[in-house]
Amino acid sequence: MNARTEEELRVTDATQGSAEGLETQYAASETTATDAASTDTAAVASAAPSTERGVPGVQTLSLAKAITAGLREAMRADDKVLLMGEDIGPLGGVFRVTEGLQAEFGDKRVLDTPLAESGIVGTAIGLAMRGYRPVIEIQFDGFIFPAFDQITTQLARVTVRHNGSASMPIVIRVPYGGHIGSIEHHQESPEAYFAHTPGLRVVSPSNPHDAYWMIQEAIASNDPVLFFEPKSRYWPKGPVDQAHAGLPLHASRIVREGTDVTVVGHGAMVATLLQAADIAAEEGRSLEVVDLRSLSPIDYGPLLDSVHRTGRLIVAQEAYGNVSIGSEVAATVAERAFYSLEAPVLRVSSFDTPFPPAALESEYLPSPDRVLEAVDRALAY
Amino acid sequence: MSARERDFTAPTVQLLTPDGELRPTPEAEAYLPLVEALDDTMLERFYRDMAISRRIDIAGANLQRQGQLALWVPSHGQEAAQVGSAHAARPQDHLFPSYREHIVGIIRGLDPVNILALLRGATLGGWNPAENGNFHLYTLVLASQTLHATGYAMGLQFDGATATGDPETDAAVLVYYGDGASSQGDASEALVFAASYQTPQVFFIQNNQWAISVPVSRQSRSPLSLRGGGFGMPGVRIDGNDVLVSYAVTRQSLEEARAGEGPSLIEAETYRMGAHTTADDPTKYRTDDEVEYWARRDPITRYRTWLEGRGASAAFFDDVDTEAADVAADLRRRALDLVAPTREVIFKHVYSEPHPLMTEQSAWLEAYESSFEGGSSA
Repeated sequence: MNARTEEELRVTDATQGSAEGLETQYAASETTATDAASTDTAAVASAAPSTERGVPGVQTLSLAKAITAGLREAMRADDKVLLMGEDIGPLGGVFRVTEGLQAEFGDKRVLDTPLAESGIVGTAIGLAMRGYRPVIEIQFDGFIFPAFDQITTQLARVTVRHNGSASMPIVIRVPYGGHIGSIEHHQESPEAYFAHTPGLRVVSPSNPHDAYWMIQEAIASNDPVLFFEPKSRYWPKGPVDQAHAGLPLHASRIVREGTDVTVVGHGAMVATLLQAADIAAEEGRSLEVVDLRSLSPIDYGPLLDSVHRTGRLIVAQEAYGNVSIGSEVAATVAERAFYSLEAPVLRVSSFDTPFPPAALESEYLPSPDRVLEAVDRALAY
Repeated sequence: MSARERDFTAPTVQLLTPDGELRPTPEAEAYLPLVEALDDTMLERFYRDMAISRRIDIAGANLQRQGQLALWVPSHGQEAAQVGSAHAARPQDHLFPSYREHIVGIIRGLDPVNILALLRGATLGGWNPAENGNFHLYTLVLASQTLHATGYAMGLQFDGATATGDPETDAAVLVYYGDGASSQGDASEALVFAASYQTPQVFFIQNNQWAISVPVSRQSRSPLSLRGGGFGMPGVRIDGNDVLVSYAVTRQSLEEARAGEGPSLIEAETYRMGAHTTADDPTKYRTDDEVEYWARRDPITRYRTWLEGRGASAAFFDDVDTEAADVAADLRRRALDLVAPTREVIFKHVYSEPHPLMTEQSAWLEAYESSFEGGSSA
């Protein structure tokens, strides 16, 4: 076993609460595929039977393939788990997240549905009433809105309307966010709409290891879970320890320790925050990076601990800032950590405009520099 | 080039004329054996259930006028469509109502006080379909339930709970919606999914001619039954005020569904004699002549005429009237006895699993309220 593999094992063994470990994990996730192929041969070899159940090991996977692996595990563990979506069968989805699953599980468990999002969610509700655990793929973030009615007026309320006698173990996977240079309705960040809706749970992994475990935890949940997949992070690879589960689904996590300013985000924004922290470190400033992981409910414990220590908080997100997850985090931290704050909580968001033509996305989406500009303002108080 | 055909019509299948004669239309002949197979008990049950439905309708409207219900949803005039179709279902079938099918729920074993509790603002529904004849909850967003029903029917298929060849155990799904709801996208998507997966399912449209104040002609330029063919399933238009044809056509459609022959659609032409809900004033949008036309086609009167012709006794009708009055009075009494839910209900079942906001907010509300109840008056 080479040194790199040992390091990865150390990282994943120390997953629980280890900021240093996660930072290394993120660093590893930046490794190019070529690097991974050349350095991880032993790791892959040692985990060679990893497609078989129960074999512990660390694999280097992209976030997309980590979700594939998580879906496979969940489908093997429970034959009531079935996948529904558009083009998810032989094609494996437009992002290939379900690649190979129809071949393995058949077309009764991996359903290429008609192209109708409301129909997909509405029929999934009926299937869940029948005892199934549907996992839906919405093809792109901007295409979830035809299903908005079924999700908010129906799915979110089935349990309360049945006085608890029915649960709704449905996962809705949503590839979301920008940085992929795509056309209109393909780069949206609509998570706040769903976090605003009682009865739903909303999560977003930022790295392959979390993605592998969180998708399985989401499927195991008896409540509906909106699972937002940061599609700009689909391809970078990172270690996935299939033997050691991560945190509970709704736990947030400090992924890099620091002392001067806390920066918090979710999904793809976590990578931006880590880049900002690297740049800040070169300038002698120490940023603590918190990965929310869960957007509803939000686990404020680690975030408040961090703010108590640093006294300053920047909330960053790809979504529009107005009435956003970041607004909620800022308000809650102001309520609960008022005497610890040395500066107002500042938000770094995309602008409150429709997502612009992709040629402008680098100026539209928050960058490490935009985060650092806010850091400067916070430190000026 | 000649003008394209723009005439869309469909025959109305009818067994019982408005005058109460059993005189099948040509398309109805095939359904006659299903009616002939019914014994007197079942035929009398149809009458009894229609009579109970009408008495409950009066009781519900009165409760609303007296301020005891937030709303009442009348079904006067639609008794035959509802009673006939409900009796066509087998015990293992699943029924997905809209929000007007009170007697369907009762036939399936639901205590109608559950419906009054919903309309009184005491619950959001709350009954467990598995314990109430597989009668699912009312759905107030139009046509949402058509997709739930279709998904449920897909589940029956995946489970192998249908199309095994045993009609005693093979299950099917019956879903109700209206002429207004037929315009919703979900109604069309449900037809797409049902046809695509060949679900064991019957779509039952009660075309009561009015969606609150808008006539069916605004929803559709052609009979709604024709929508079946457009999606690749049989569609049939029936006289929805004829309980026998409602029973027979639904029975046949459900049997085909459970036998694996796929979904179908029924449009039952009927009429909402009362308001859409008690919040509405139908005199503002429809004529007395129209109401009078439909009154002459009353489903209960015509069926009673037919039963009398078959020899049903005056005592039978008297007994039914007494029973219906008793059922309605008992329901009224129990509606008035309904107690308001306690405040923990706000939070209790929002999630199946523990949720920090529910815990925090219910604790806060409890502390807030008890700060008054137990606090000093000083």
